[in-house]
Amino acid sequence: MAESNVMVLGTWASPFVLRVKIALHLKSVNYENHEENLPESKSDLLLKSNPVYKKVPVLIHGHNPICESLIIVEYIDEVWTTSASSILPSDAYERAQSRFWAAYVEDKFSTALRRVLFGATEEDKRAAMAEVSEGIVLLEEAFVKLSKGKAFFGGEDIGFVDIVFGSLLEWIEVIEKLSEMKLISEAKTPGLVQWADCFSAHEAVKDVSPDVDKLVEYALKIGARVLKATAATN
Amino acid sequence: MAGELVLLDFWPSPFGMRSRIALAEKGIPYEYREEDLRNKSDLLLQMNPVHKKIPVLIHNGKPVCESVIQVQYIDEVWHDKAPLIPSDPYQRAVARFWVDFIDKKIYELGSKIWKTKGEEQANAKKEFIECLKLLEGELGDKTYFGGESLGYVDVALVPFYSWFYAYEKCGDFSIEAECPKMIAWVKRCMQKESVAKSLPDQEKVYEFILQLKKVFGIE
Repeated sequence: MAESNVMVLGTWASPFVLRVKIALHLKSVNYENHEENLPESKSDLLLKSNPVYKKVPVLIHGHNPICESLIIVEYIDEVWTTSASSILPSDAYERAQSRFWAAYVEDKFSTALRRVLFGATEEDKRAAMAEVSEGIVLLEEAFVKLSKGKAFFGGEDIGFVDIVFGSLLEWIEVIEKLSEMKLISEAKTPGLVQWADCFSAHEAVKDVSPDVDKLVEYALKIGARVLKATAATN
Repeated sequence: MAGELVLLDFWPSPFGMRSRIALAEKGIPYEYREEDLRNKSDLLLQMNPVHKKIPVLIHNGKPVCESVIQVQYIDEVWHDKAPLIPSDPYQRAVARFWVDFIDKKIYELGSKIWKTKGEEQANAKKEFIECLKLLEGELGDKTYFGGESLGYVDVALVPFYSWFYAYEKCGDFSIEAECPKMIAWVKRCMQKESVAKSLPDQEKVYEFILQLKKVFGIE
């Protein structure tokens, strides 16, 4: 098991990098963490390993670079199969459902989150916030359906959707702190409230998640500004 | 294993074409249902409430949405016939990367080519060709992206060929002149019945684009 030749190119604040680390921890894979100094500079290794996008995360396994966080997580699941936990479900239809919700979080939800923080205009931020609120309700419904009464989207243990969505929890908290608004609340999304607690406390998650206060500081430093709670966003 | 299989689709959709090709490659019978996107069926809205988009693959009454998810699902359920996705995890990750790249770039850039003019169009054309060249590099000397047989990347990319004529007419450029290897690969793919029967005629697509331009009030 050549775990010593696993390297992660990433940054501490990136939720996409966090996905990779959670997956590796879940599978008890040892890896070397290489912190990139983004956006100031990109290492030669990063530029060589991800010439198309020049972005993190990159997983380097032996000599092979794997890019794009969702692809990396599936790769980790397919390579390290001896561990008890399987990240993707074994049933083909359930796998398709997991991939659907992971893609939804990635394509729609996380881009809306980013616009809440970094949107160019107030209008853009307000629209993004509305999308995030709608998205969370959809994800609550998805959680009820996929978890089938268990703690995680993946059932008894964390799975693909848990990792892809759960990696955004700290950034969701950043938005909640800055806007003084609750996005995941008992009133509207009780399932997700419980899920978020279980996810954050999970063995594979708690030691790698970034500190929210440090993230708030970092977000403000790189230009994040959110609208405070207004009547329009209720 | 086949059960009841229905594909909700729209004839010019390159995303729908992916599923058509995958099903044809594996010789799986299914019912094709044409959607009118200006008047979406109750079935479509029920089966894809989140995005309300085609294609939707309905297998024994259960929907699978998103073309890349459908192709993977088809490959996994009917894994014994004409495998599309590599069995090696690293090769699989590489294939997924390029399919994701195609999804992020080709459709959007192509849309800009027929929707815009002037500098915006020129930039889109330039980036479009750069992306095709990157894909040519990935193809290398292989017959198909999948090697000796059609693979995941081939299925994801070749549908856009049906839009090339429309892009070329709207953008006033020749894709073959810029990317001859790409067109040579396309021609090899088009010799396969599964591909040829799944792609609409390029002139028909161009006419469709011209109609859309009228509707959107684009010159």
